[in-house]
Amino acid sequence: MSIDENTAARVAKLARIKVEPDALPALAEEFNNILGFIEQLSEVDVEGIEPMTSVTPQRLKRREDVVTDGDQQDRVLANAPDAREGFFAVPKVVE
Amino acid sequence: MTDLNKLSLAEARDALRKGETTSKDLTEACIKAIDGAGALNAFVHSTPEIAMEQAAAADARIKEGDAPAMCGLPIGIKDLFCTKGVPSQAGSRILEGFLPEYESTVSQKLKDSGAVMLGKLNMDEFAMGSSNETSVYGNAVNPWRRKDDTAELTPGGSSGGSAAAVAADLCLAATGTDTGGSIRQPAAFTGTVGVKPTYGRCSRWGIVAFASSLDQAGPMTKTVRDAAIMLEAMCGYDAKDSTSADLPVPDFEAALTGDIRGKKIGIPREYRMDGMPEEIEKLWQDGIAMMKDAGAEIVDISLPHTKYALPAYYVIAPAEASSNLARYDGVRFGHRAKLDHGDGITEMYEKTRAEGFGHEVQRRVMVGTYVLSAGFYDAYYNRARKVRTLIKKDFEDVFAQGIDSILTPATPSAAFGLGEMKDADPVAMYLNDVFTVTVNLAGLPGVALPTGQSATGLPLGLQLIGRPWEEAELLSSAYALEKAAGFVAKPEKWW
Repeated sequence: MSIDENTAARVAKLARIKVEPDALPALAEEFNNILGFIEQLSEVDVEGIEPMTSVTPQRLKRREDVVTDGDQQDRVLANAPDAREGFFAVPKVVE
Repeated sequence: MTDLNKLSLAEARDALRKGETTSKDLTEACIKAIDGAGALNAFVHSTPEIAMEQAAAADARIKEGDAPAMCGLPIGIKDLFCTKGVPSQAGSRILEGFLPEYESTVSQKLKDSGAVMLGKLNMDEFAMGSSNETSVYGNAVNPWRRKDDTAELTPGGSSGGSAAAVAADLCLAATGTDTGGSIRQPAAFTGTVGVKPTYGRCSRWGIVAFASSLDQAGPMTKTVRDAAIMLEAMCGYDAKDSTSADLPVPDFEAALTGDIRGKKIGIPREYRMDGMPEEIEKLWQDGIAMMKDAGAEIVDISLPHTKYALPAYYVIAPAEASSNLARYDGVRFGHRAKLDHGDGITEMYEKTRAEGFGHEVQRRVMVGTYVLSAGFYDAYYNRARKVRTLIKKDFEDVFAQGIDSILTPATPSAAFGLGEMKDADPVAMYLNDVFTVTVNLAGLPGVALPTGQSATGLPLGLQLIGRPWEEAELLSSAYALEKAAGFVAKPEKWW
């Protein structure tokens, strides 16, 4: 599997990271190096093996379905780059 | 008394309880050491005021006869832990200015146990790196140097600042986190002790997430006894982390008998790698001989899927990272890029993340995005998770044969020079974790401790791997090896 510049650009888009067009060839090459390394996994016989979902065989705990937290708008917004009138503010989303 | 900052946790604790020193004096000695160690770039956010306040409170507690395990002991906290009101940036530009409104469970437990926080420690950005060279704060520097050579060396990574600070006696101990070797590799590079506990032993709540199925916090200390003391204070069930184990926490220090007579120590043949330096092989053989002399039975074992651990890790860890790091979007916390006229929300995300994430983090997020994308999910991500099942089974099989713990080298080399790997393929850097990463994939406890020195005088470490939840037994074996190895070397002060 070889990654070309178009694929690199598509992955950058999916990851929401801006990559300048002139940086794409180098990025594609790095991906190819790493994927070449990962490719070794295809040598392993994984027939009938379950993919791991949890490394410890524990059952996740359930908790009471009750409100345990809340009413701290100021603290939630304290680190926002832009917060107004009790909300997170972002650039216009709909025209 | 010797310089107070050079004490171990156990020595300082005992001196405090006997009234021979105070937390105030211990803390002042550490603050002075930190102030004089700017060249190491280990502490990146110092909190001397908080430390002196906590020290005064600890002294009062000790006076009243209420002195929990860590009471009055000054430590450093890796920047990955959220600490209330204190910068917690995970070594990244994207969290510049972030002041958590809450405290991570592990740092809270240490606080409750009376520990004094000296500040936050340097690390690779989002814990992604093996040399502390991806940090927004710049490199942390290893206090150790090669004999007759002033070249600056890496303290390892990602917990490089923690390792450098402990090795240079800037603090008595530090917290680290380990996703693929990030506690054990830097411990080995700096002649310190590092423990990655069983997955689920320490709560991950409030620790900036990298790869949630692999991340574990652990202690980085000067001795195995200190690791036992500090680990006990850090771990325990936490309802805020659904993967936290609801199991009793043993008294790890009391379990340090160092008696390994009759224990079966496995030596995995797959860890003898091509091109491994002779001094690492010798270190390993010496360690085997020490355990044998102490009465352990040495057993050759096979962990057949070892070779596939790193490639599996470099699918699973980036995949989880790409999901975890999606939260850095410039909306709720941290950096937001300056926008041009007409930019919408997508441009805001893309510019923010391009400016806020360093190169290695961007690369891993994108690799993760790729292996999770439609059409490749089965070929990469699912296959890697199946291989992970096989890696875990390798360990289960040898434990079922009666093996108590497994002895391996901790790293394939001694600490290397900062900048030495600059032009290397990223995969070459990944190979640093070749002996440690299997342990994360299998969720097992592992400890790295110094047992020898390279020809150039640098510390070298071995790793012991234990059965799940048997940290007490593992640390006792490590204690036996520590006693036998008698490693006492310290870096010569140049900073």
